Formats: sequence, C-alpha cells, structure tokens
Amino acid sequence: MANFTPISAAIGGALIGLSAVLLMLLNGRIAGITGVFAGLIDPVSNDRGWRATFVAGMIIAPLSAAFLGYSIPIPHMPASLVTVAVAGLLVGFGTRLSNGCTSGHGICGIARLSPRSIAATATFMAAAMAVVAVTRHVIGG
Amino acid sequence: MRALASLVCGFVFGWGLFISGMIRPEKVLGFLDILAIPSGNWDPSLAMVMAAALPVAWVGYALARRRKPVFATENEWPSQTTIDRSLIAGSVLFGIGWGLVGLCPGPALENLASLSSGVIIFVIAMAVGTLAHDVWYAGATALTQAKVADG
Repeated sequence: MANFTPISAAIGGALIGLSAVLLMLLNGRIAGITGVFAGLIDPVSNDRGWRATFVAGMIIAPLSAAFLGYSIPIPHMPASLVTVAVAGLLVGFGTRLSNGCTSGHGICGIARLSPRSIAATATFMAAAMAVVAVTRHVIGG
Repeated sequence: MRALASLVCGFVFGWGLFISGMIRPEKVLGFLDILAIPSGNWDPSLAMVMAAALPVAWVGYALARRRKPVFATENEWPSQTTIDRSLIAGSVLFGIGWGLVGLCPGPALENLASLSSGVIIFVIAMAVGTLAHDVWYAGATALTQAKVADG
C-alpha cells in the first residue's frame, strides 16, 4: 500500500466533516455538492447566493494553497474528451436522479445513519469499482 | 451573512479535498482499483477520509439537531427515506461516470481552479446532465399528472 497517505487523508476528511457541520449550524443546509450545484445552475432558482459562494470557497481553497507555496494539482484526465464528456453527463444525470453524491450521501447521509444514503453509497462505490476493474484490468490489462 | 458563512464552509471543504488528495482523480481511482489489492498498489486513502469525516459530522449533526441555525430559520434535513429505483439507478449511473474519470461533483468544481480544459468539459457535461434530468423529470411528472387528471 505504497500510495496510502493515512494522515493527510484523516486531516482532510476531518475538515470535510467540519465543513458539513458548520454549514448545518450556520445556514441549516446539507453540504451536498449535487444539490448545491443543481440549485446554482437551475434557470428558475431563486436561492443562488449561498450556493455560488460555497463553490467559490471551494475554488479559492487550492488557489490559497498555491499562495502558501503548494502547487495547484493539475488533474490527470483521460486522453479521450469523449470519455470525459460522457462521464460528466453520467455524473450530472445520475447524482441528480439519486439526489446526492459522495458528499451528500457518502458523508452527510451516512453521518445521519440514513439507510437510503448507505444504499446509494454502496451502489455508486460498487459501480465505480466495477468500471475501474474493467478499464484498468480487462481493457487496459 | 449566509453567503459569507457558506463561503467559509466551501473554503474548509475545499481544503479538506485538497489536503486529503481527493481533489486528484488519479488518487480516487487508486482507491476504486480494488484489483490492485493483491499487488500492494491499492490506495485506501478515500476510506480513511470517510472514516475521519463521519464521526465529526455525526457528532456535529447531533449538536445541530438541538438548535436552530444561526443565519436561517430552520435546519433543512433531507426528508426522503425510501430506497427506490431512482436512487439505485442514479447511483449506478453516477458510479459509472465516477469510475471512468475519477471525478465526482465536489472535486470537479474545485479543479476548475486549474483551468484544465478536461475539467471544464467535464463540468459543462455535468451541468448538461443535471439540467437534462430536470427537464426529463418535469416532463415525466407532467405526464403522470395528466394521466391522473384523465382519470
């Protein structure tokens, strides 16, 4: 497990949990990025302000890290832009249909001990693991 | 004040993804690649992120249930509890997209900071997928209501 980074993962995870708690204590909202994003781009939304600033805060975070001397990670993306676009469509449609993603179901929902969120998280994890098994070990291998 | 509070929350969330490495799709794929367990190349970091986030959120939510939010009138807890076809189908579709690239909505938005063209295309596609769902859902609901109205 040469790639395992338990300490930074635990610190980062605690911060994500803290953010979810703060958003509930201050604004009474669940820190689910699916809902934040959908309400932000919804043409008839009348509740964009806090969603826009939440996303802005997320984008400012790595920029502030760069200011402190860290490098902004350049994400490794698949070479095929068709794959990228198809994946984006699936993520957008799927998270909206199931009403949540890694944050809303995986963190906030499981922390509420919601069986619905536990089922969603188990399902999207299993589907993603199956896809990676195929792309890396069947096609790629 | 709500907007400012939410800016701070987004900032903390973003730092959490950044420090944990979950902003990097290649690290997330390293977790999803469970067939790498036998060779010792599996990266369980994402499980550690959840293991740390969950108790913090669990304790904090227990606290939040006892009080009203500072800048809003009520806490908006999710009301849905049923495990239905939409939940499972949506999770499968999301999981497929997540496994293809290694980006879920949070890291996708945060990676816009890199101005990477791949990420920009991913986020645009994600927006199209979200809006397509809403249009389809509105249509399906209208159709059901029409059927009910027809008797």
